Amino acid sequence: MGPSGCGKTTFLKIVGGLSRATSGLVQINGIDVDGPQPDFGIAFQQSNLMPWRSVLQNVLFPMEIRHESNAAATDRARELLALVGLQGFENASPAQLSGGMQQRVALCRALIHRPKLLLMDEPFGALDELTRMEMQDLLLDIRKSTGATVMFVTHSISEAVYLSDVVVVFSKRPAVIADTINVGLPYPRTPEVRYSAEFTELEHRAGRALGITR
Amino acid sequence: MNHRQFQRAVYPLAGLFAILLLWQGYTQFFGISRIVLPSPTDILWASVARYDLLLRETWPTLFESVLGFALAVVIGVPLAVGVANSRTLNLTLYPILIATQSVPKVAVAPIILVWFGLGMESKLAIAFLVGFFPIVVDTATGLRATPAGLLELAYSLRASPFQVFAKVQFPAALPFIFSGAKVAVTLAVIGAVIGEFVGSVGGLGNLLLTANSQLDGPLAWAALVWLSVLGILLFAAVAVAEKLMIPWAGSGQH
Repeated sequence: MGPSGCGKTTFLKIVGGLSRATSGLVQINGIDVDGPQPDFGIAFQQSNLMPWRSVLQNVLFPMEIRHESNAAATDRARELLALVGLQGFENASPAQLSGGMQQRVALCRALIHRPKLLLMDEPFGALDELTRMEMQDLLLDIRKSTGATVMFVTHSISEAVYLSDVVVVFSKRPAVIADTINVGLPYPRTPEVRYSAEFTELEHRAGRALGITR
Repeated sequence: MNHRQFQRAVYPLAGLFAILLLWQGYTQFFGISRIVLPSPTDILWASVARYDLLLRETWPTLFESVLGFALAVVIGVPLAVGVANSRTLNLTLYPILIATQSVPKVAVAPIILVWFGLGMESKLAIAFLVGFFPIVVDTATGLRATPAGLLELAYSLRASPFQVFAKVQFPAALPFIFSGAKVAVTLAVIGAVIGEFVGSVGGLGNLLLTANSQLDGPLAWAALVWLSVLGILLFAAVAVAEKLMIPWAGSGQH
């Protein structure tokens, strides 16, 4: 988490192998990341759905690229769409969906090849508050059922605290790590957690690290 | 049909009818010679009475336009793909393409006639030349305008260059290609007529010239009307193909 323009997205892209670091090295499980990895999944702020493909075809796009678009993949795509509450929309075109529904499709697409690491760049940033909270709970469910590690970039303090095991707070540009917060809130996280004293205290700590509160 | 659709269909027709009525009244009231300006009914009558002749002369013009347009697509699209994807090709060819576009095609027509003769080939070549440019430019623009997010997605999935082209760039460029094709098909008809004007033995352009020189105003105008209808029908055919092939583009993509 960090303020706009501090380099969160750049950092995520370097971790994902989409950008090159000017110095330093990214290692994941002992492997140098020098390009996109097959067991990574990425979800961007824009859903980046292809208007010429149906919802199902959009979800299957990564499998097509990997030449693994078979009946099993189609079944999994349908399961994922059902998991995010989009059963019945398989043959819809992306233009027929709301912004929140499009982001759900993008999430299914990021998960279709069972990634071990899911990189998310403010994927809920463009959504309204209610949809956003729904999507956060959905993401927690998905993380639980897939066991994937999620690196999630956001500039929302409450989103960071609500979703995370660990919040790494970036300072303003040039960014340094201002604080690393072990959240320690119990799972499953329910909307009530947002109103607990511990939650507020963690938000305060993140706010202090950003220099917003004292 | 709702009220708006009704308006959209009826208002232009009403406007056209009003103009035709004024035209008819003007030629009759002032007794304008048929050679100078035939009335709409004269033209309609000529279209019906000389139906055989007009239809016979339509085929060569239609053939030249459609084939010239098809050639422009078949050669123009691959060339645009090359220009959009290769820096070398782009730097080498694009300035030349722009430069050749500024050469007036009407002025080239006599030279092309010398090369290809009075037959269909020369008309086809001119139709191709005028249709070629919008196809290349619009296709190249469309290929370069692929949304960056889609390219990044493909890259993150380690897609091959061919996969990126076939699954992302090309479908994303289709709306651009069709807008180029719609311009090109109308220009191709104009190109064919230019060719027929400069020297030919058939076609609607040839018929128009002949009728004009024989002071047959109604027939010359009938040929003009048939040419316009031909252009509109070809445009409509491309528009229908667009609707069928890229139904998504209507929803605010391009």
